[in-house]
Amino acid sequence: MGCRLNYLKNVVSLKLNREKCTGCALCTDVCPRGVLHIQNHKVEIINRDRCIECGACSTNCAFNAISVKSGVGCAQAFINAIITGGEPECGCSKNGRSSSGCC
Amino acid sequence: MTSLDCNKPETKSCGCSSGSGKKMLIPAIPPVDKWGHIKCRISDKFRMNYAVEPGLYSIGNPGESSPVLVTANYRLACDHLRKAMEKSSAWVLVIDTKGINVWCAAGKGTFGTSELINRINCTKLDTIVKHRSLILPQLGAPGVSAHKVTKATGFSISYGPILANDIPAYLEAGKEATADMRTIKFPLRDRMILTPIEFFAALRKYVWLILGLMVFMGIESSGILIKPAFVNSWPLIISGLISVITGSVLFPVLLPFIPFRSFALKGMILGIIVIIPSLLFYDKIYYGNPFLASASILFNITLISFIALNFTGSTPFTNISGVKREMKFSVPVYISMCIISSILLIIFKLQKWGVV
Repeated sequence: MGCRLNYLKNVVSLKLNREKCTGCALCTDVCPRGVLHIQNHKVEIINRDRCIECGACSTNCAFNAISVKSGVGCAQAFINAIITGGEPECGCSKNGRSSSGCC
Repeated sequence: MTSLDCNKPETKSCGCSSGSGKKMLIPAIPPVDKWGHIKCRISDKFRMNYAVEPGLYSIGNPGESSPVLVTANYRLACDHLRKAMEKSSAWVLVIDTKGINVWCAAGKGTFGTSELINRINCTKLDTIVKHRSLILPQLGAPGVSAHKVTKATGFSISYGPILANDIPAYLEAGKEATADMRTIKFPLRDRMILTPIEFFAALRKYVWLILGLMVFMGIESSGILIKPAFVNSWPLIISGLISVITGSVLFPVLLPFIPFRSFALKGMILGIIVIIPSLLFYDKIYYGNPFLASASILFNITLISFIALNFTGSTPFTNISGVKREMKFSVPVYISMCIISSILLIIFKLQKWGVV
């Protein structure tokens, strides 16, 4: 079943700098989509299209070897951003009424 | 950069303000609240306020070498953790995410590095446990830089499994999670559990649409009349309601089985399948009027596709780049379809008035 849940092809902004990678493998631990894999003590992208750009890998890389333009994959967030003129983010603040199941 | 920010409720709950010599009283995490779970699956408002006070809690009888599990102050998260750890003892460090779940709060940064550092300091965790390691939920990782927390507090971070239920197995294996525990899934049960929230959110907006439609249908040369408002609106109200149910309930359930990867396209396919058969009752539903029929069909397919596109935010496999691309092609299509639909509806109205 999981294999069917794939989003658009060739859109992901994930980038690696293998020179900086120390092979600590923390990124492979935090990735919830099995995108990354350690090969010969360096990180490798094995499932690029499965990346959801959550930013867990880049946030937890102490060596700046991974970068990704992270954000919420949520259309409602984009609509809110257009209306309020802000950045697209979940309407999940304490006072904001979240109108979708965003979170 | 962030100074210690022990806000009022926190100071009260962790009781760490004074008397370092005294033994601290650490509360047990509150019991599981089943009725609350149901309510927060239905009401956004309830869910948003379904919070636990941030601070340090206990499960069972933890000692100075027991593991420290970190979670959000979302009540459902604490409940899951409590249930999973029923037979064990652990500390639970509940950090302030404004009552939002781990995954969303991490995305927003409230389940984040600075709040975690702040909460470790506030609760004087270093005086309670001897070891210097924390276990964080894997889905909290987008908000937390493990190395920064370690640098600031001395506590090292291990990311546990995605699901709380897997924590005992993870601990037993010496803090090793299997690839399966680390991969997010979106089974039917998870998709279904989201549908009430999706449905009520869509319905609330739909009510306004109905009111607008009834006013439009009721406009006669002699003013807004109640009878035509009802008679001419009800077929559209019913088909619209079917669209709301299709988009918010049927779409999530069928998600993996609808062709194409784009949610907007998936929604359009499902919309066509559900709405086109209404033509079988062309005379009854649309009074045999081609303008009313095409206006309604166009609008309903758009509505289903739009609700489907909004579901991107509720799934764990979409990404911001993809949604951006989808919006780029779908929003102009939606707007044009709505305009065409409105024009057709106006023509229908003018026909009724005998103008056309």
